[in-house]
Amino acid sequence: MPRIGVFVCQCGNNIAATVDTKKVAEEMKKLPGVVFTCDYKFMCSSPGQDMLKQAIKDNKLDGIIVSACSPHMHEKTFRKAAEAAGLNPYQCEVTNIREQCSWVHHDKTKAVGTVKSIDLTRMTIERLKKNKPLKKIKIPIKKRALVIGGGIAGIQAALDIAEGGREVILVEKEPSIGGNMARLSETFPTMDCSQCILTPKMVEAELNENITLLTYSEVEKVDGYIGNFTVQIRRKSKFVDEERCTGCGECMEKCPFKTESGFELGLTKRKIIYTPFPQSVPNVPVIDAPNCPKIQKDKCGACAIVCGPKCIDFKMEDKIVTEEVGAIVVATGYQLMPNERFGEYGYGRIKDVISGMQFERLASSSGPTGGEIRRPSDGKVPKNVVFIQCVGSRDEKKGVSYCSKVCCMYTAKHTMLYKHKVHDGQSFVFYMDIRSGGKRYEEFVRKAIEHDDAMYLRGRVSRVYERDGKVMVQGADTLSGSQVEIEADMVVLATAIVSREGADTLAQKLGIGYDKYKFYNEYHPKLRPVETVTAGIFLAGTCMGPMDIPESVAQGSAAAAKALSLFSADEMAREPITSVVNKATCNACWDCLTACPYSAIERESVKDRQGNIVKWLARVNEGVCQGCGVCVAACRSKSIDLRGYTDEQVFAAINSF
Amino acid sequence: MKIKLAKEEIESASIHQLQRISGEDLKKCYQCGNCSGGCPVSFEMDIAPSQVMRFLQLGKIEEVMKANSMWVCVGCLQCYSRCPKGCSVAAVLEGLRQTVLRKGEDFEKIKEIPIPFLEKAPQQAIVCGFRKLVS
Repeated sequence: MPRIGVFVCQCGNNIAATVDTKKVAEEMKKLPGVVFTCDYKFMCSSPGQDMLKQAIKDNKLDGIIVSACSPHMHEKTFRKAAEAAGLNPYQCEVTNIREQCSWVHHDKTKAVGTVKSIDLTRMTIERLKKNKPLKKIKIPIKKRALVIGGGIAGIQAALDIAEGGREVILVEKEPSIGGNMARLSETFPTMDCSQCILTPKMVEAELNENITLLTYSEVEKVDGYIGNFTVQIRRKSKFVDEERCTGCGECMEKCPFKTESGFELGLTKRKIIYTPFPQSVPNVPVIDAPNCPKIQKDKCGACAIVCGPKCIDFKMEDKIVTEEVGAIVVATGYQLMPNERFGEYGYGRIKDVISGMQFERLASSSGPTGGEIRRPSDGKVPKNVVFIQCVGSRDEKKGVSYCSKVCCMYTAKHTMLYKHKVHDGQSFVFYMDIRSGGKRYEEFVRKAIEHDDAMYLRGRVSRVYERDGKVMVQGADTLSGSQVEIEADMVVLATAIVSREGADTLAQKLGIGYDKYKFYNEYHPKLRPVETVTAGIFLAGTCMGPMDIPESVAQGSAAAAKALSLFSADEMAREPITSVVNKATCNACWDCLTACPYSAIERESVKDRQGNIVKWLARVNEGVCQGCGVCVAACRSKSIDLRGYTDEQVFAAINSF
Repeated sequence: MKIKLAKEEIESASIHQLQRISGEDLKKCYQCGNCSGGCPVSFEMDIAPSQVMRFLQLGKIEEVMKANSMWVCVGCLQCYSRCPKGCSVAAVLEGLRQTVLRKGEDFEKIKEIPIPFLEKAPQQAIVCGFRKLVS
């Protein structure tokens, strides 16, 4: 006969207001196998837990029920207490008589709540009687990390993990790390030069012995689970031997062909063999194969001729490398919404309508104009520049509903940069709201207005058109209630930040969630901001949504801390609530395999003595299984059971109702 | 109303002169509207105090000159005491009045003031009124 104890919690008045907890305890006492019952004001408090421990010892209990709040709240607390008293923690069950009972029943006579609580508790008792002691699952951990994306968030995460003494593989799609931050001229609100603060970190990442840089590479496939991921990475052919290249740049000098520079956003041209920007890390050029006449038509080959160490190989092919890691940090960043969608602003039609990122390149000292603000059409210095905010952001119809968060700040920065470079120029900013939440941000915007003479106009622009070599801007100033017209020389659009192309495909490879804008979902927006629902995969930076540099860096560090804390132990303990396959009855129909949302089901072969496969069986990978129970429902031969929630237990609970 | 915006107007000589007379930096105003909200006489004005500031920021001084706002202002300084940016709309309006009065263009013609009114009104009010409305 089992010796079960039942503890009914009053939860102050949360439960006691509509449930007669004393009566529940008394009724439970009458059930066979129940040897101890009581009710108490707060079971989760220290005296409550002490009472629980004492009762287990005094009454030699072999199973306990706490009828209290949702198991999400305090199951861990009570199981810990039970374990401290010498009980197997999985012999402790929680009945939810608060969220699912007392809070939803308003009957002050306590009749309804009490009856229901008695039923719920009795069901749990019957389930507990069929419980088997379980042990936590131990999983070995590979203490290496993969960081996807070499922007500032990824670099920060990689550096922090490497500083913590663990190996990191940093995968970057482009030929150089640096990401979008490498494009920026200055950064708000301190106005330090973006390259000046970023490049030391890039070099640090290259030199750190714990970091392996895999540039021009993409994640192809991800298998495994927390602590034990197997990742296949495609190393796109650079056509240049990275080991031997000295970065002298002779090849780039001699290459006779040019194409539009992606890094400079079409503002200038680059060679076919190129590094994206002068401070690229690693400083190894790559050949843009689709545009290279040697690779396409076997004509030219100038780069190979001038190359001193002879490290150019036109026959080089993509390689797939496999890495085993314990944790993955996803920091794939953002891109800008295509401006062409907004015909009224003339982007793509009027040459002097550019995006904010293009303005960054114009203002950057390493940019196509050497830091002079010159408009793209004729290279003249623009005297009137109009900045339009919320292009695509906060536009439910044609763009996205969210706020891109950084545009208010970078536009204020643009007006200041412009004023500093063109003293007699006038900037106009069309805005809907100025969102400058952040340390010293509001002061920064006011400085742009009061000190650097930016004319802020509250209203949207409805039309941009050309007239006599000028870009005419027609919009509203709602503060004076008037329609305004400006003869501008250049227009800069603060385009919405959107998720990176292919963000969804990568999420599917990783098994992480994303929202309707394909930004990755955090586990909990407030309390677990850098974790994903898939254990061992962390997020950092703008792949989650628009954010500025300090936030991205903070998240990179946060994700690194999460990875490092995972690596601090040799093994990881997991909840033993996992599926288990009955090998005697499994007929390998693989319904479970297709049903499992976590890819936790594996094919296992049974061999005879000669090594011939005689049978196939489904096997559950306990490291991956989340205990959702979908396979149990899908199994046609009823060969799968969920530990802690076996069919036997569930039926026992139902039958007692 | 449709207006054209240009640097020449935003930074015109008359705007500079107004800023000098009033001692106020027009750019400081961030259009919260507290002055218009608290002004005891704004209901009588053609253009509310905050909008006066806005038109001046845009360089549209002639719009403000056409309006009665500056003459209606009694200079109680409610706007100044409540302004989160420390701007005094009253000072700006006084500056506007001065730019008119200094040209010798009186708002009130003393000779046209009816005698019964002068006999009835308190002396101090008449002196104040003269100071505000005539050159």
